[in-house]
Amino acid sequence: MEHNVLTYMIFIPLAGAVVVLLLPSQSYHLIRWVSAAVTVPPLLMASWLYANFDTTTVGFQFVQKAAWIPAYNIQYFVGVDGVSISMVLLTALLSFLCIFASFGIDKAVKGYFALFLLLDAGMMGVFCALDFFLFYIFWEVMLLPMYFLIGIWGGPRREYAAIKFFLYTLFGSVLMLLAILALYFNTNPHTFDMTVMMAQAKNYSTQSLPFWPFNELRWGFQHVVWMAMFIGFAIKIPAFPFHTWLPDAHVEAPTAISVILAGVLLKMGTYGILRINYPMLPVATADMAYWLLGALGAWNIIYGALCAMAQTDLKKLVAYSSVSHMGYVMLGMASFTTQGINGAVLQMFNHGTITAMLFLLVGVIYDRAHHRNIEGFGGLAAVMPVYTGITALAFFASMGLPGLSGFISEVLVLLGVWQKYPGLAILGATGVILTAGYLLWTVQRVYLGPTNEKYKTIPEIDGREIFTLVPLGAIVILVGVYPSVVLDLLRTSLDNLNQIIIPHLPS
Amino acid sequence: MDLKNLESLNFFGPELILTGTILLLIVLDLFVQNKRNLAVLAIVGCVASLLSTFDLYSAQQGWLFYRMVVLDNFSLFFKVVALLAAICTIWMSLGSHEIRRVYQGEYYTLLLTSALGVFFMASASNLLIAYLSLELVSLTSYVLTGFLPRNRRSSEAALKYLIYGGVASGTMIYGMSWIFGMTGSLEYAAIQQALAQGEMNNVALFMAFMFIFAGFGYKIVFVPFHMWSPDVYQGAPTPFSAFLSVASNAAGLAILIRFFFPGISRVTPGGEWALVSGVEWPQVLLYASMITMTVGNLCALNQRNLKRMLAYSGIAHAGYMLMGLAILTNDGLSAILFYIVVYLIMNVGAFLVVAMVANFTGSEDIDGYRGLAWRGAVVPAVCFTIFLFSLTGLPPFAGFIGKFLLFAAVLKEGGEFIVLALVAVANSVVSLYYYAKVVKVMFLDAPEPGDKEFVIACSHFTLLIPLAVLTVALGIYFSPLVLYTTQSLRFFVK
Repeated sequence: MEHNVLTYMIFIPLAGAVVVLLLPSQSYHLIRWVSAAVTVPPLLMASWLYANFDTTTVGFQFVQKAAWIPAYNIQYFVGVDGVSISMVLLTALLSFLCIFASFGIDKAVKGYFALFLLLDAGMMGVFCALDFFLFYIFWEVMLLPMYFLIGIWGGPRREYAAIKFFLYTLFGSVLMLLAILALYFNTNPHTFDMTVMMAQAKNYSTQSLPFWPFNELRWGFQHVVWMAMFIGFAIKIPAFPFHTWLPDAHVEAPTAISVILAGVLLKMGTYGILRINYPMLPVATADMAYWLLGALGAWNIIYGALCAMAQTDLKKLVAYSSVSHMGYVMLGMASFTTQGINGAVLQMFNHGTITAMLFLLVGVIYDRAHHRNIEGFGGLAAVMPVYTGITALAFFASMGLPGLSGFISEVLVLLGVWQKYPGLAILGATGVILTAGYLLWTVQRVYLGPTNEKYKTIPEIDGREIFTLVPLGAIVILVGVYPSVVLDLLRTSLDNLNQIIIPHLPS
Repeated sequence: MDLKNLESLNFFGPELILTGTILLLIVLDLFVQNKRNLAVLAIVGCVASLLSTFDLYSAQQGWLFYRMVVLDNFSLFFKVVALLAAICTIWMSLGSHEIRRVYQGEYYTLLLTSALGVFFMASASNLLIAYLSLELVSLTSYVLTGFLPRNRRSSEAALKYLIYGGVASGTMIYGMSWIFGMTGSLEYAAIQQALAQGEMNNVALFMAFMFIFAGFGYKIVFVPFHMWSPDVYQGAPTPFSAFLSVASNAAGLAILIRFFFPGISRVTPGGEWALVSGVEWPQVLLYASMITMTVGNLCALNQRNLKRMLAYSGIAHAGYMLMGLAILTNDGLSAILFYIVVYLIMNVGAFLVVAMVANFTGSEDIDGYRGLAWRGAVVPAVCFTIFLFSLTGLPPFAGFIGKFLLFAAVLKEGGEFIVLALVAVANSVVSLYYYAKVVKVMFLDAPEPGDKEFVIACSHFTLLIPLAVLTVALGIYFSPLVLYTTQSLRFFVK
C-alpha cells in the first residue's frame, strides 16, 4: 500500500524553506508566521500517523517507494515502524515548537528560518528513510544548516563550536559511508534497500578476517562494518569518548537549536544503531553489545552526571545531563529484554521532551539575564513563580520522579538490565542518585534562597514561552501516568528486534 | 578503421574548426577594435567545435593519420571536457578586470591552442604525438601564466612552470626512448604486442614507466611533481588558473589512461583490465594517490590566498582521482570520468567566485571575503559555499556523488584497497576544515567598518548560477551523467 504522508512530512518543510527564501527579507513577522505555518501540516500528519499506526505488525507502514537511480539500485523509499514512529512524532512536535521559540531571533531572520526548515526536512528524512543512500543524504543534509545555525546565530564561541560539531560528525559519517558501501557490495543483488539488507543479515560473513590484526577478537566482516557504523552513531549519541563536541555546540547554539540538537539529533545515534546495526548485523551486535553499548552506556550515565555536577553554566549542565541520559538508552538497548529495549526507546522519546523543556527554560532565563551562571542567580522562585513551577516539573521529570515520564523509562531500562547484567544495573541506578544530586543542587542555587538584588524586577515568563512549554509538560505528565500511549507503538517492532539478536547472544 | 591522411580529415572536424577559429582570431585581432568581439568569436568557435564533436559519436571508431591519433568515445569525451572548460574560461575572462589589461587577441588565441593540445593529448595513440601534444599544452600554458604585464608574481610563476615543465617532459621523453629501445616502436598497439611477447627486463621497463609518470604526473599534478602548481595558480590570470586546474588536469589523466590502460594493459574476456608486462605499476599509483591527497590537503590547511588554497585542493583532488586508476577496473575509470566532469563544474565555479571577488578587492586574500554574505553579495557567497562543500564531498552536491563512485569502485575491489579508502575518507574530513574556513569567513565573520558594499558584474551571474544549479542537480539526479561516462569508456584498441 502506497502512502504519500511521509513524503509530505519531509518535503513540506523543504518547500517551506524555498518559500521563506522568496519572502522580502525585512518583513520579519511574515517570515516567522509563514515558517510556523509550514510546520503545522507535518504536525497534523504526525497526529494522523499516530491515530492510524497499526501497533500489531512488525513491518513498515505508510511505505512509499520509487526508483531513483536504477543503475545503482538506489530508491526513494520511506516508511515507519515501531522503532521510528515515536521519533517522527517527536520531530514534528519539536520543529513546530522551536519555530515559536525562535521568534526572538532578529539577525538575518530569513536565513535562519529557511535553514531551520531545511534542517527539519533533513531530520524527518533520516527517521523515515528506508533506503541507505537516501538515509545518508538526509543524514548529511542536516549538517549544513546545523553548521550555519550554530555558527551565525550562536554565542560568543560559536565558530569554534560549529566547526567542531561539523568535523566530528563528518568523521563519523564518512566511516558510515564506507560501511554502507561494504554492505552494498555484500548484498545480492547489490542494493541500498534497507529491508533487503535486513532480510539478508545472515549472509554477511562473520568469519574472522585474515588481515585483521587483533585476531583473538575474532572480528569478521560484520564486526568491522558494525564498528564503522557504531563510531558514526556514537558520535551523534554522543557516547564517551566522542562527546566533547556536545557541550560546546549546546552552549553556543541559540535556544531553539539546542532543543533540536538535544531533542532530535542525539536520538539519531541510538536510532541508527537500532535501525541498522541491530537487524543487519545481529551477530556483531550480540558480540559487541555488552561492552560497547551496555558498559559504555553505564559509563556515560556516571560520567555525564559527574560532569554535570561540576558545571557552573546552566546550559552546559543540561548538555552534560543529556550525555548522562543518553547512557540509559544505550544501557537499555544492550539488555535484549522486552523491558530494557522498550525502556530505551521510550527514554529516547522522553529525553527528547524533557531536555527540550530544560533548554527552553534555560533560554527563558538567558534572554532576561544575559548570562547562565548558576551562582549568579538565587531566589528566582519569589520573582518568577510560574517559571519556577515549570522548571521544577522539568527537573523532576529529568530526575526520574514517579508520576513523570522520565521515571517510567529509567525504571524499565533498569528492570531490563537487571535481568541480564546486575552490575550495570547498579551502576545505572547510581546515576539516578547523581542526577538528583546535581539537579536539586541547581534548584537550590538558582531558584531558592534569598533573591538576588539584581533580578528583583526580572519579568515573568511570557505567553509565547509558556506556549512552547505547555505541550511538552503535558506529554511529560501523560507519559508518566499512562506510558502505554507511547509504549504500545513500540512494543511489536522492538520485540521482533530482540528476537533477531537473542539467538546470537553468547551464552 | 585505419585511415590515411586525407581520409582522416573527414573525422577531424572539431580540430579543424578549432584551428580555423585560432587562425581567424589572429587575423581579426589586427582589425577589430572592440576586443570583446574576439571573445565572442572564440566562444562561437568552441560551440561549433562542440557540435562537430557530438556529430562524431555516430562515426565508426578507429585510427586516423596512419595510427597517430585514435577516434573513440574516450577521446571525444575529453574533447567535450576541454571545450566546456574553454567556453567557461572565456566567459569568465569577459568579466574579469585582469584580462582587460592584457593583449586579448593573443590571450584567446593561446587559450584555444591549449584546448587544441588537450584534444590531441586525449587521442594520441603514438608516443610521439603524446609528447608533442603535451608540449603544445605546456608551451601555451607557460605563456598564458606569465601573461599579466608588469606583474612579478605572474612572471615568476611562468618561469617556475617552464623549468618544472621542461624537466618533467625531458624526463618523460627519456622514458619514451627506453620504451622505443625495448619494443622497437612508438605506437601503442605495437608496444603492447612487444610487451606481450615478454623477454623485457622488468627493471628497465619499470624505470621507463616511472620516467613517463614524471611527465604525465606533472600535468595531473600529483606528488612529487606538484611543486609548480600553487605558484602558477596564484600567479596566472584567474580565468586561466581555472582552465589549468580543470582542462590540463583532465588532459593529463586522459593521456595517462590512454597509455597505461589500452596502451600497455589488455582487456580480459570478462571486460576487465589485466597487466601485460610484469611491472606492477598500479602499486605505484596506489601510493602516489595516498601521498598526493594527504600532502595536498595538509598543505591547503593554512593557506590564506584562495587561489593557492584551490591549487592545493586541486592536488588533493588529483589524489582522489588516482584512486580510480590504482584499482585497474572499469568502474574506477568511469568514476574518474564522472569526477572530471563534476570537478570541472565545481572548480570553475569556485575560481569564478574568486575572480569576482578579486575584481572588486584586487586580491585573492581570504581577508577580502570577510562577511561577504552581509556585504550585498549573498548570492556569490551561497554559490561559493555550494562549490566548496561540493569539493569537500558533502551531499546533496555533485562532489559527493563523484567521491561516492570512487569509493564504491575502490571498496568493490576490497582487500588492501580498504586502506586506500580509509586514507581517502580521512582526507575528506581534513579537507572540510579549510573549505569550511572560507565559508566561516564569508558567513560567520562580521564585516569590519572598512569593508565596502559589494558590486557585481552581471555577466558573471550568467555563468555562476548555472554552475551552482548543476552542482546541486547532479548531486540529486546523476543517472544521465553516469550513463554518459560509462559510454565514454570505449577505447579503440584494434
